[in-house]
Amino acid sequence: MRWFEKQKNILDFTLSALWRRKGKNITLVSVYAFVVFLVASVVFLTGAVKGEAERVLVEAPDMMVQRLVAGRHDYIPLSYMKTIGDIRGVQNVKSRLWGYYFDQTNSANYTLMVNDELDIQPGSILIGSGVARNLLVKETGSLPFRTYDGSYVFMKIERVLDEALDLVAADLILLNGGDFRRIFLTPEGQATDLVLKVKNPREMPTIARKIVALLPDTRPILREEILRTYDAVFEWRGGLSILVLSGAFLAFLILAWDKATGLSAEERREIGILKGIGWETSDILQLKFWEGVAVSFTAFLAGLLLAYVHVFFTPAVLFEPAIKGWSVLYPRFQLTPHLSVYHVSTLFFLTVVPYTVSTILPSWRAASIDPDIVMRA
Amino acid sequence: MIQVRDVRKVFNTGRPNEFVAIDGVSLTIEAHRTTVLKGPSGSGKTTLLSLLGCMARPTSGRISLLEREITSLPERFLTDIRRRSFGFIFQQFNLIKGITALENVMVPAYPTGERYSSLKRRAMELLELFNVGAKAASKVEWLSGGEAQRVAIARALVNDPMVVIADEPTAHLDTRLSREFMEIMGTLKANGKTLIMASHDPIVHESSVVDGVVEMRDGRLV
Repeated sequence: MRWFEKQKNILDFTLSALWRRKGKNITLVSVYAFVVFLVASVVFLTGAVKGEAERVLVEAPDMMVQRLVAGRHDYIPLSYMKTIGDIRGVQNVKSRLWGYYFDQTNSANYTLMVNDELDIQPGSILIGSGVARNLLVKETGSLPFRTYDGSYVFMKIERVLDEALDLVAADLILLNGGDFRRIFLTPEGQATDLVLKVKNPREMPTIARKIVALLPDTRPILREEILRTYDAVFEWRGGLSILVLSGAFLAFLILAWDKATGLSAEERREIGILKGIGWETSDILQLKFWEGVAVSFTAFLAGLLLAYVHVFFTPAVLFEPAIKGWSVLYPRFQLTPHLSVYHVSTLFFLTVVPYTVSTILPSWRAASIDPDIVMRA
Repeated sequence: MIQVRDVRKVFNTGRPNEFVAIDGVSLTIEAHRTTVLKGPSGSGKTTLLSLLGCMARPTSGRISLLEREITSLPERFLTDIRRRSFGFIFQQFNLIKGITALENVMVPAYPTGERYSSLKRRAMELLELFNVGAKAASKVEWLSGGEAQRVAIARALVNDPMVVIADEPTAHLDTRLSREFMEIMGTLKANGKTLIMASHDPIVHESSVVDGVVEMRDGRLV
């Protein structure tokens, strides 16, 4: 109980001491909070985008099968569907037609995909909201497509896809199979790839091995592998951003170190008085500890809160291009607010702990000055 | 109460600027009495006060407080003795700027773990005892010299010490305030405190409050 009261009293004195040098300390907390804000924004954004991608991929097929010719992705014969469908454990096999289309007028890449389930009429298309934004077209317009032989076909826009699908559908154009084959000269009886549903997920590696054994020119890709790729891509982008920010972080560390270690004459005098009137070295160190905790914890919470608002309630303007962007069609979507204990504790240990330690260790020297210095001052 | 046996205090030992501040002093300070160390600047008064108040250790010799030898104690125990047994009134008052008079009085008791509310009440009573209760919420830099002196006295008494040590307490006070200070010291003595002061001010060593004057020169007793 006495220990608790002692800590409370010392904390009380610490806060009053910090408030006395409010100009200096508010500046320090602001700079500190800004650094936490930058790092936390990158961490939150990377985590949220990865989470978003994972949620979208839940709907993705368990396995894709592509055909490789000379090490490159090529059309796959539809006859392969029968061979794969006969493998025990495979629930169903479907073919897909998709490809990339470069729009020279707007210098943008679109993903063209055939979706049989939506029953799109010949000559009609559904477009992603990114495409609509880029082309400044409304639902009633039509789009020209340059085909494989240089001629043009005009497709009528039937509707624009929901913005909620933006992460995967921003650059998407859905169309009829016949139109797709006409634009790209895709031979009948061939598809871009095949997708599989598998009854038992644990059988997937075995099924993949069997496919390769039966059809040596194919490459099965598991959903897990796509998730790992997403992870790697966003971790890489996040890591790169953190690396860019490390300069700011280092500059802050130098500032904090200078502030924490360079005691002013006034502060030294105060330590002398405190020792003279009966404070032990350990009491002074506790004072410095609480000072470090108060500064770093305030800055940490402020930075975290600002980053949370920045990432989840504004379009994360500072880092959106670095973390989310691809091509010229930036997906526009609201990230789902989410705080992970892992991320918060990582940020805590990267910011609060080093600062607090860096304030305590050098204070030892100042705290161990002889108390009689105050008599001789 | 305090016994000093053949004490020496040397600063910067073994260096070219080695300086002997106290040279073979032996002395007995009796309880409930007022002792004044008198002498010119550099005579060693302040250094001897530091040694008596457990703020520094002698280079050689022994100091005992209530028959207990204290010179060889580790810093933690020495600080504990200093906090419980001694109250200090410094020459420059040495109040902490930027905080209130009340907080200044409370500061020495913070590490004892006393409840904030009871400590605040006690500090307030002390300020009222010295007629500066109205200034409790004022920052110390706004106080006059006399008020600051009274706050410093209240701070010295907050842990209810046996001994009050004052170093040149009237150096920054005019004659009226110096006499007032000695009156307060008289009250403390009447309340059973032991007083040790260093001063070359005649108002102090000629005061009726003082029981004994120890004269010093060049680190020795005269």
